[in-house]
Amino acid sequence: MTDVTTLKVRTSPHITDRDTTARIMWSVVLALVPAFVGALYIFGYYAGVVTLACVVFCMFTEAVIQKITRRPVTVGDGSAAVTGMLLAFVLPPDVPLWIPAVGAVVAIGVAKQLFGGLGCNIWNPALIGRAVLQLSFPDVINRGEWPILRSLGDGFQWHRFAMNICDQTRDLAATAHDAVTRASPLSMSSADGIGKFGYDAGTLQMWLGFRPGCLGETSFVLLAVGGIALILLKRVKWQMPLVYIATVAVLTWIFPYSKAAFHTEGFFQGHPFYHVAFGGLALGAFFMATDMVTTPLTTLGQILFAAGCGILTAFIRLYGGYPEGVCYSILLMNTAVPLIDRFTRPRVLGTKGVRGS
Amino acid sequence: MVRRFHGGVHPPEEKSRTEQSAITDFPIPKQAVVPLQQHIGAPAKACVEVGAVVRKGQLIGEAGGFVSAAIHAPIGGTVKSIAPHPHCLGVPVQSITIEGSGDEEWADGTNVERDLSALDAKAVRDAVAAAGIVGMGGATFPTHVKLSPPEGKPIDTLIINGAECEPCLTADDRQMVEEAEKVLRGAAFMRLALGCGRTLVGIEDNKPAALEAMTKAAALQGDVEVVPLHVRYPQGGEKQLIQALLGREVPSGGLPLDVGVVVHNVGTCAAVDDAVRLSRPLIERVVTVTGECAERAGNYRIRVGTLLSDVIEHVGVKGRMDQIILGGPMMGLAQPSTEIPLTKGTSGVLLTREAPRGPSLACIRCGRCVDACPVGLTPSRLSTLLEEDLIEEAAGWNLTDCIECGCCAYVCPSMRPIVQQAKYGKARLQELKAKK
Repeated sequence: MTDVTTLKVRTSPHITDRDTTARIMWSVVLALVPAFVGALYIFGYYAGVVTLACVVFCMFTEAVIQKITRRPVTVGDGSAAVTGMLLAFVLPPDVPLWIPAVGAVVAIGVAKQLFGGLGCNIWNPALIGRAVLQLSFPDVINRGEWPILRSLGDGFQWHRFAMNICDQTRDLAATAHDAVTRASPLSMSSADGIGKFGYDAGTLQMWLGFRPGCLGETSFVLLAVGGIALILLKRVKWQMPLVYIATVAVLTWIFPYSKAAFHTEGFFQGHPFYHVAFGGLALGAFFMATDMVTTPLTTLGQILFAAGCGILTAFIRLYGGYPEGVCYSILLMNTAVPLIDRFTRPRVLGTKGVRGS
Repeated sequence: MVRRFHGGVHPPEEKSRTEQSAITDFPIPKQAVVPLQQHIGAPAKACVEVGAVVRKGQLIGEAGGFVSAAIHAPIGGTVKSIAPHPHCLGVPVQSITIEGSGDEEWADGTNVERDLSALDAKAVRDAVAAAGIVGMGGATFPTHVKLSPPEGKPIDTLIINGAECEPCLTADDRQMVEEAEKVLRGAAFMRLALGCGRTLVGIEDNKPAALEAMTKAAALQGDVEVVPLHVRYPQGGEKQLIQALLGREVPSGGLPLDVGVVVHNVGTCAAVDDAVRLSRPLIERVVTVTGECAERAGNYRIRVGTLLSDVIEHVGVKGRMDQIILGGPMMGLAQPSTEIPLTKGTSGVLLTREAPRGPSLACIRCGRCVDACPVGLTPSRLSTLLEEDLIEEAAGWNLTDCIECGCCAYVCPSMRPIVQQAKYGKARLQELKAKK
């Protein structure tokens, strides 16, 4: 007979599935590792220094604020590490290290902890960090000159990629158009090597990430590897990245790439592959729009959210003042989450045809 | 075709420990502690005195109203005391303690074959009420009440609930395998009482033996359809079962009879057969005793009023047991003491070790609880509202529709005690309503 004087009592259920918040967060960090390794290869070791700085500063900021406000220190749950990784991934790969420091304080201190900490923030902390840095230090973030990169089999040689960022999208779109007319966009042929601007929507180079851009956003393939892993682990629903990417692809195919092109090109002449591969769409679709805290609760709400992100991204890219729309479109849709949640509240069983229940 | 309801979870089934073990008679306890409240509704009123000699099956507690149930002596012996005793629901309940004499003679008027030729609906209802039968799936609602649908609410379908979706439990499974005909006879009596034509038996398709036995028995009886169900918890929830089998939705705040359905558990059917055919009151039931610390896990026919300490002694404990749960792991009640008696609603006894669980953390809005909730609630929202004691706001989010199945808390990665919060919220809501 065992001692039964210490029977433990608690409310049902007495079993739980094994997933925890910390596991979810750290698995997102792991899912970002392929793209991180890609960035190390493409942009060199300094990309690693920037990423490490972002992660350390974010975790440090979280711990300090939780200490000051006398709340339990929860940096071990990995959410600050995720924010750090994502913040690094949306910064140029050669920023001075005070940029990650400022970004971390804004992302964790302002966007997350000021709003109440994990689960309470309205906007994606990393994107708030990026937006504030972009507005405050435009010369550091909006580059006239992007470091680039080595190409596949190019050894350690560095190119400098010079162009005006504001014209980047459209110029590249024009080139993509050439590419499209020359060869099938998905021919995956790298025979042409790096094109005029070091990319080509139809080449493996482009999809693997050998192109100018922010540290972790350039490789669609490596981001998709991590993103699909998260989907297979049921940590992320497949609908969100798919709807987001598909919406951008369809809209950028339908609509001409500039106001001027309305007359010269007309509709259904766009460059969807280019828009999917380029910019921060893969990062945004797989890792930012799927941030649980700042997105709707229900699958239907998440689909609406992703579609909204896609529409905003496509139109900001095509006609907006910024060349890239992923960051702001997600932040705008984050703002709309309470509204989406309200209109997609699940119907309670047994309330068919009953209003206002 | 395998049908299903919306939402739910699929926890490890853990049924292999006992699903092959035939039902065996548990030793007659030397002492039985019989609570006068083993059902939903008014408590029964003791109708014996301390010192009285009672025989097995003798009425010792009269139903305290229409929605109440009679209580019978599970063993022959002497009434030792009538006093509050610890109860599985947490609050001590007036209970009759019988010191056993070893006398296994049935009381007068019980265990006699009934003449079934003149059986009508009222006779079935009276026999069921006299036998003190309650819903044996765990809800313990008096069965004769469910067999008396009010005027204007015609019942077209009787559903026999053989889903047994709770992990670990196999009592219903074994009863269907071993006593399929008896279960269906009981169902036929109930159909007579309800005046409905159709009977559906819903069984999760992880019980092939039960499906086969019931299908075979149903073929002999006619008018009974055995339907395999998707293995998904809480398939055995009354409203979920109706949704899966008929596609009908029981209105929020309503009862199955609002959509022309009555649902009864297989154990209840077997008890009804005994009550109608043999005038036997409900004094024993099949209980799955299992769990990682149960030495001789199995399905036992145990007398009501048997104490947990007797169960533990007979079954044996291995390893460091620190938790006893009455019912299954999803909805069962953890017990603080071994002095608690088994009741008519006890479907399982789990002798186990408490599963480790970290501290409750902030909700990260992952939405898993929303996907899992079979009722279509937003548990994460209810949880954060109730955490702040916003009871009425939570009521606006359909708190009272919660069936406490535990799917939300099962999937919650932040270990939030959502079921506890919901139970607390409902109790507070009752208090607030009482004040008004």
